[in-house]
Amino acid sequence: MSELEELMKAFGEAGGDKGILANEKIAHLVASGHKILSARDIEGLEFDAKETLTGISAKVTVKEGIEIKNPVHLCFGILHKKGTQRIKMDVKLEKNASAHFIAHCIFPNAEKVRHIMDAVVEIGENAEMKYSETHYHGLYGGIEVVPKAVVKVRKNGKYFTDFNLTHGRVGKLEIDYSVEAGENAVTELIAKVFGHANDNIKIKEEILLHGENARGLIKTRVALEDEATAEITGITEGNAPGARGHVDCMEIVKDKAIAWAIPIVKVTNSLAKVTHEAAIGSVDKKQLETLMAHGLTPEEAVDVIVKGILSRLSV
Amino acid sequence: MPLLEIKDLTYTAGEKTILDEFCLSIESSEVHALLGTNGTGKSTLAYVIMGCEGYRPTSGEITFNGRDIHDLRIHERAALGITMAWQEPVRFEGISIKDYLVLKNKDVNPSLYLELVGLHPELYLHRMVDKSLSGGERKRIELASILALSPKLSILDEPDSGIDMLSTQDIINVINLFKKNGSSVLLITHREEIAMIAGSASQMCRGKIVCSGKPEKVAEYYKSRKCLICDGEVCVYV
Repeated sequence: MSELEELMKAFGEAGGDKGILANEKIAHLVASGHKILSARDIEGLEFDAKETLTGISAKVTVKEGIEIKNPVHLCFGILHKKGTQRIKMDVKLEKNASAHFIAHCIFPNAEKVRHIMDAVVEIGENAEMKYSETHYHGLYGGIEVVPKAVVKVRKNGKYFTDFNLTHGRVGKLEIDYSVEAGENAVTELIAKVFGHANDNIKIKEEILLHGENARGLIKTRVALEDEATAEITGITEGNAPGARGHVDCMEIVKDKAIAWAIPIVKVTNSLAKVTHEAAIGSVDKKQLETLMAHGLTPEEAVDVIVKGILSRLSV
Repeated sequence: MPLLEIKDLTYTAGEKTILDEFCLSIESSEVHALLGTNGTGKSTLAYVIMGCEGYRPTSGEITFNGRDIHDLRIHERAALGITMAWQEPVRFEGISIKDYLVLKNKDVNPSLYLELVGLHPELYLHRMVDKSLSGGERKRIELASILALSPKLSILDEPDSGIDMLSTQDIINVINLFKKNGSSVLLITHREEIAMIAGSASQMCRGKIVCSGKPEKVAEYYKSRKCLICDGEVCVYV
C-alpha cells in the first residue's frame, strides 16, 4: 500500500470522505511527514507547495473576485510513531474572494510526534475565509500539536475558524492565534477540545479590533477528564468606535482534571465594547437532573451534555 | 392502591420548614391540580418527589405503586415512570430538538410530539435546545419531550407560565393527552382555567394542603384569598 493510500485509509477510518481526491472540482493538498503526496489546484486558486527539510511550505492564493464553491481540503499527517512535521502556510484571499478550507490532521499512531503549523493569513477587502481544522489522533497521547496563526482581516472581510480535537488523545496542544480586524471586519474563533489522561491543552487566542465597527467572537469549549489540564486565554481588544467583541469560554471538568480560563479584555476607545463570560466546573446540575428525569443514567446524561457542547452543532 | 402516596412528608431547609407533614394521594390516570401562591412549597414538593439533589425529605414517606422510593435517585424514579417538567426548563448547547425528543426512546416520532404542543416540525426539529429558543418555545419542547416518554406520572411545574394567554388551549390539550394516554399528572399552576381540567385539586399553603376536592371548589377557595394557615384572615402570602 502506498503512503498516500495508507494516509487516506486512516482518513477514511476517521470518518473522512476519501472521494475528495478523485473529484476534479475539489482542490486539495495532501502531505505525509515531509512529502507532498497529492495536490490539485482549481481555477482561481493557486497552490505553490514545496517540500522542506522538516515539512511542507505552501503558498495558497485565492484570486480577486473568485468564489471557491467546494471546500478546499488540506490533509496533513504522520503515519509513523515518531517524527516531526512543520507546515508553513501563507494564505491570501484577494479582494472579494471567498473560500472554505478544511484541514484534516491525521496522526493515528503517534508515540513521539510533533506537528507544528505556522500560518500567515491575509483576508482582503470584502473577502471571506472559513477554516475548519479537525484532528484525528491515536490513543497513545505521544503527540505535540503547535498551531500558530497571524491573521489580518481587511475592511469588510470575514474570517471564521473552527478547531476540533475531540477524538482520541490530545497529547500536548498549544494553539496561538492572533487576528487583527479592520473596519467592519468580522472574526470568529471557535475551538473544541476533549482532554483525557494527562493531556495538556493551552489555547491562546487574540482578536484585536482595530477597525471601526469590527466584530469579534472567541468561543472555546473544553471537556477534561482523568488528570488532563487546560489553560484557555481569550484576549480581545476594542480599539475603534463601534468595535464589539465577546469572549466565551466553557470548561467541563471531571475526575482530577484542572482547568484555567483567562479572559483578557481591553478597550482603548470609549465607543468600543468588549464582554466576556467564563464557566468552569462539573456538569450543570440542572441539565444533569433534567436528563436523568428523562430516564438517562448519570453517566449517559454527562455523555450527552459533553457531546453537545463539543458538537459542531453548538457553534 | 394510589399510584403516588405521600404521607406526613416534612422537608426543612435550615431552620425553615418548607413541607410540613404534607399528605397527598394521586390515583392512576388522575390529573391533580395543585394551587397555591408563591413560596408555599409547590416546586419544593415537585423536587422532593422527583428525588432532586438537596431535596431529601426530613421525615415522612413517598410510595409509588406501593414501593417506597426514598432511596431511589432521579433516573431510578424515572425508570419507574415518574418524570417532571421544570418550571424553567434548562437549555442545552449542541443538542437538536429532534435528538432531545428521542433521548430515551429512539423509536418515537419527534414530529408528532412537536405537533401535539403546537410547534411546526419543519421549523423546529433541527433547531437547538439552547438559548435561541424563547421561554415559551422551550416550555413547549419540554412538554413534548415529557409526552414522548409516556410516563406513569408527570409532574408539571407551572407549564402555563411564560406561555401567552392565547396558547392556554394548547396546554389544556397537552394535559388532556396525558389523561387520554392513561398517565397521571400532578399539575402545579396558578391559572384557574387550567386547574379546571383536573379531576381533583388541592390548595397548598405554608407547606400543607389547606383545601382539597373538586377543582371548582378549590379554585373558589383559592380566589377567596383565605386559608387555614392564616386562620380565616386574608392570606398574608399573596
